[in-house]
This record gives sequence, structure tokens and C-alpha cells, in this order.
Amino acid sequence: MNPLQFCLLVSALLFSIGFAGAVTRRHAILVLVGIELMLNSANLNLIAFWRFGPHPEALTGFIFVLFSMALAAAEAAVGLALVIAIYRHKKTSNLDEVKELKG
Amino acid sequence: MTLFLVITAVVTLLAAVAAMSLRNLVHSALMLAVSFSGIAAIYLQLNAEFVGFTEILVYVGAIAILIVMAILLTRSGETPEHSVLTSGWLAGIAVTALLFTLLGWAVLSSSALPAAPAAPPRVTVRDIGLELMTQYVLPLEIVGLVLTVAMIGAVVIACKEAAPAPAVSPAAKTSRPPTPAGHPAAPVPAPAGAFKKAGAA
Amino acid sequence: MFDQLDQIFVTALHWLVGFLPVAWRSLASSLLCVGFIIMVFPGLFAIVTVIERKGLGRIQNRYGPNRVGPFGFLQFAADGIKALIKEDIVPRAADHVVHFLAPVVLLIPVLLAYAVLPFGRNMSVADYDAGLLFFFAVGGAVELSIFMAGWSSRNKYSLLGAMRAIAQMLSYEIPLILSAVSVVMIVGSLNLLDIVSHQNQYTFGIAHWHVFTPWGLVGFIIFFIASLAESNRSPFDLPEAESEIIAGYFTEYSGFKFALFFLGEYLGMFAICGLGITLFLGGWTSPVSWLAWIPSYVWFLTKLLAIVFVFIWIRGTLPRLRMDQLMNFAWKFLLPLALVNVVVAGLWHFLGAGALRWLVCAAILAAAYVALGHTLMRRQKLGKRIYRFAD
Repeated sequence: MNPLQFCLLVSALLFSIGFAGAVTRRHAILVLVGIELMLNSANLNLIAFWRFGPHPEALTGFIFVLFSMALAAAEAAVGLALVIAIYRHKKTSNLDEVKELKG
Repeated sequence: MTLFLVITAVVTLLAAVAAMSLRNLVHSALMLAVSFSGIAAIYLQLNAEFVGFTEILVYVGAIAILIVMAILLTRSGETPEHSVLTSGWLAGIAVTALLFTLLGWAVLSSSALPAAPAAPPRVTVRDIGLELMTQYVLPLEIVGLVLTVAMIGAVVIACKEAAPAPAVSPAAKTSRPPTPAGHPAAPVPAPAGAFKKAGAA
Repeated sequence: MFDQLDQIFVTALHWLVGFLPVAWRSLASSLLCVGFIIMVFPGLFAIVTVIERKGLGRIQNRYGPNRVGPFGFLQFAADGIKALIKEDIVPRAADHVVHFLAPVVLLIPVLLAYAVLPFGRNMSVADYDAGLLFFFAVGGAVELSIFMAGWSSRNKYSLLGAMRAIAQMLSYEIPLILSAVSVVMIVGSLNLLDIVSHQNQYTFGIAHWHVFTPWGLVGFIIFFIASLAESNRSPFDLPEAESEIIAGYFTEYSGFKFALFFLGEYLGMFAICGLGITLFLGGWTSPVSWLAWIPSYVWFLTKLLAIVFVFIWIRGTLPRLRMDQLMNFAWKFLLPLALVNVVVAGLWHFLGAGALRWLVCAAILAAAYVALGHTLMRRQKLGKRIYRFAD
């Protein structure tokens, strides 16, 4: 197994862990935690391909990851604001109870 | 593929599993911070120094704290007694296992991956700056715009709505809305308006 | 001869490491540098605690500690022994693992930050291309430990103190980073060694320190104020002030863990002062060319002690800021002024050398200072008193 395959496997495993958490946990914030883990795994994937790919001097993967981190920060901020707004409205952050549009 | 890379990867994955499976949310958030640091360490070993430092600055220094603040603002700091798993959790785990099997098989059996590791690239901050300012200047400006919009949007979404009754208007006018995104509200011991807000929240 | 004295630590390191086989040399060199930092800066912390207590005492018209050792200068030994033998009380309801790890998680990023500071000529442990970014990244990780300390104590006042401290540190990080950005713009590099060597030039015998330029002076003042807030020092020490909130986020810590928090706070203060010296005060360079024979590390230490002395002076003189005053000051005054400073630094670069740029930049900064003071920091008009009851 060369280093690229190792990094890709780590990234795939991290993605699966994030996905498992996002799908199985009840609390809204933990779903966001899972989403952050998935974003990080994608970034790791990009950096692995940048490092072991044919043209690392073009910096494409690198810049992609910088933008991806900035957008992940923006998305985390908005997502957590949404969780707080839902909590204020429904008094719960349990996703099983937030299943109606009414209210 | 040094031993250090393997150890870092194992620590990161264990921390990620802990982040997703612990019952106490604050512990989960702290384990998430550990896994972010592990990922930053992996970036540093892949010669992506700038990205590694940015990961610590953005994820550990800001997003982990944001998550922790949101946990406290939604009063989820205590360990819950009931089940923490949603109703369809078994199907979720099954789909995850299938997903990982697929991805792992694709990675290990792919013939399109470059096999020989290249020499480590020397990336200077100057190169990154030149690329950002020449070839990627449009995405840079758009990302700046997106961040501004996201910040304003998060503040507007998390803002408390105006109180309806005039009897409580002095209290409502003086209570500061909680704003987690970028402006973490310090829940200072505020006058009675804040108690009313906490009671209504 | 003075050149050899200047490089004495570097030659000693190379000599010591030369005894080992080649494969072990880089590891041994790193370990020796780390050992040097761990010996010197906690030693400096010990001396500075005594100087602070005696300095505060003199400002308040009393002697400081003067019993232990000559003029009280062994007080740190007495404090250390006391901290070590005191009972380590952990509240029963506290989260034991997080409570234990919080001081450790405070110390690790703070010690990491010393790796990029240049203490003398050729005397920086790690020469990163993005050294400044590394410093700010590990500075951001300190806030997580403050939260851990405050939350794990299961104490309302600890949690309040932790939230206030995190809000304060996050708010003041932005003017801190923006004032460093103006330096990075002019120098063109994030590497701290490049920033120091950019200031290592002399015109008419005076060094090109950034603090001698208009944007550098304002940037240094912003950096100084923001670093006071980052290290939770007076007048920004509301999160840990005894008359306000017991002791804030380290209320429930006693004995050695408290000593570790104290150590971490002071080490953080030295690290951020060290960064301010590197960015604005020329790092290890001397201010005048005819004093350049004094060894570089002596200059760095002198400047560090001078800034720490000003910190102590400010602590003894100024009253504490209230939380909302503190946040208003950061967001409404320091942040716009830091942004104007970045623009002025750009103007400085593009106006070319000459007297014009001094006048223009100084005029813009003075106008911004006055304008911001009058508009955004205006005191609220006091109206009729409103009584707010908990109903």
C-alpha cells in the first residue's frame, strides 16, 4: 500500500465515521459534527491527491482546500445558528421531534 | 508512509469515533477538536504546512469553540439519560458499512492512482499568494462575499425576535440577542430581561 | 569578539550535537532547543512574578514581598513549594478527566508558540515559511482549554468566567491579527526571521523598526492593547478578577494545577510580547547602530523585560474595564482602527520614499483616531432611570 492509498483509505474511513454519526445520532449539533468530519475527510482526500499527484507545483488541490475550509466555517456558523433558532422555537434539539413544518 | 503518519491517522480515527459515539456532547466536541488536530498533523506530514496551520486556526480555534458555544446555548451540556440514537440507526450503520466497503475497494483496486510518490513539493506562502491573486482571484472575492453573507445570515437567524407585549418592552429593548457566529455572546449576569429571555428560550 | 558572544548559544548547540552520530543530530538539536526554552522561560516567569509583586507594591506605596531571600527575590521558590504541597481539591461533581486535562491543554499551545520566535541572530527553533500563522493558530487553541477549565468545574461562576474570557479573547484576536497583517503587507512575508531582518537596516544610525513609522506605531499600540486582553491582564482581567467573579474559570483549581494555569498565563504573556517585539520593535536588532555590538539575545531580553514592566505598570495604574466596555472597545474602536491601519500601510508602500508619505499616513491615522473616538465610542445619553424587575 503506497502512501496515497493509505491517505485515501483514512479519508474514506473518516467520511464513513462522519456519515454514520450524522445519520444515527438524534441531536442536531452532532449531525453538524458529522458533517464537519465529512468535509475534513474530503479536504484530506484533496491534499493527498495534491501531494502524490502528477503536478503538485500547480497548487490546485491546495487552493481548493483553502476555499473549502473557508466555506466549511461559513456553513458551520449558519448551521449552528439554525440549530439555536430551532431550539428557541421548539425547545428541543432532538431531530426526531422536529418533524413537522407546522408551528 | 512513516510510522508517525500511521499513529496520527489511528489517533484521528479513534477521536472521530469517540466524537460520534459519546453520550456527553461536550466530550464529543472536545474529541472532535482532537480529531481536527490529528488531521492538521497529517497535513503537516504531507508537506501542506499552510493548510495544516489554517486547519488549526479555523477548525480548532473557531469551529470547535462555535460548536461548544452552541451546545451550551441549547442547554445540552448534561449527559442525556434516554437513548442518543435516532430511530433508524441500524439502517444507518449498515449503509455506512456498505459505503466504506465500496470506497475501500475502489481505492485499493484502482489502477488510475499514481503509484510512485513524488518528491515533496516546496510550497511557499508567496506561491500561494500569487496563485490566489492571479488565477483564483474570482473565487477569492466570492468566498469573501460568501463569508460576509454567512456571518450576517447567522446573526439574523440566531437573533431573538422582537418581543410582542409592550409591558416587557424596556426589558426586550435592553436584552442583547445571542449571536454565536463570530460574536460569541457573553452571558453576563444581565438584568431581568435576560431571565425572561432565558425562560422563554 | 562580540560576534562570537552573539552566537555563543548557537556554537554551544553545534558543539554539543557534534558528539552524536549524524542520524541523531537533528533530533538532539531539537531536544536541546526545547530544553533551552523550557529552562529559560519558566525561569523568567519566576523572576517576573516577584518583580510584579514588588512593582505593584511600590506603585501602591508599600513594599512587595521582602522576607524570602535578598529583597524578597526568592519568593517564587516559596510560592512554588506552596503550590506543590497544597491539597489538590477537585469538586465531587466535576468532570474529572476534563478538569485534569485543562491546565495541560493550556500549556501545550503556549509552549508551542515559542518555537517560531527568533530570540537572537540565528536563534529560532523552527523556521517556518508561515511562522506568524503558526503563532496565531496555536494562540487560538488556548481558548479551548479555558472552556474546558470553566465547564468541567460545574460551577456557575467558573462557566461565566470561561464564557467571558473566551468572548474577550476571540474579540481581541481580530485587532491583534489585523495589526500583524499590516506588518506582513509591508515586509511581504509571514516568516518571522524575514520580518526581523527587514528591520535590521539603519538610516542615520536609527534602525528601521516598524514602530518608528506611523502605521507601525498605531499597529504596535493596537497590538499592545490586544495582547493585554489576550493574556487576561488588567485592565482586561474581568474574567479572573477576585472582586468580580471569585477567580473566574480557575476557581475550582488549587495547588499545582492552579500553578500550571498561572504559569500558562504568564508564558502566554511572554510569547505574545515576544511576537510584538519581533513584529514592531525589531526583534533582536538594536535601535541605534552604534549599540549593535551588544549580543542579540540581550536586546531581545531587554525589550521583553521592558514591555513586561509596562504591563505591570498598567496593571497597577488603570482600573478594570467592564465586560461591555471591553467588547465595545474591541469591536467599535480597535477593529476599525486596525482596518484603517492596514489601508494606511498600503498607502505607505505605494507613496514611495519621502516626507509626503509620513505626513499623509500620520494625518489619516490621526483623523481616524479622532473620528472613531467621537462617533463610535460616544457615551450613551443617560435617560430616566428604568426599573427592571424579574416578573
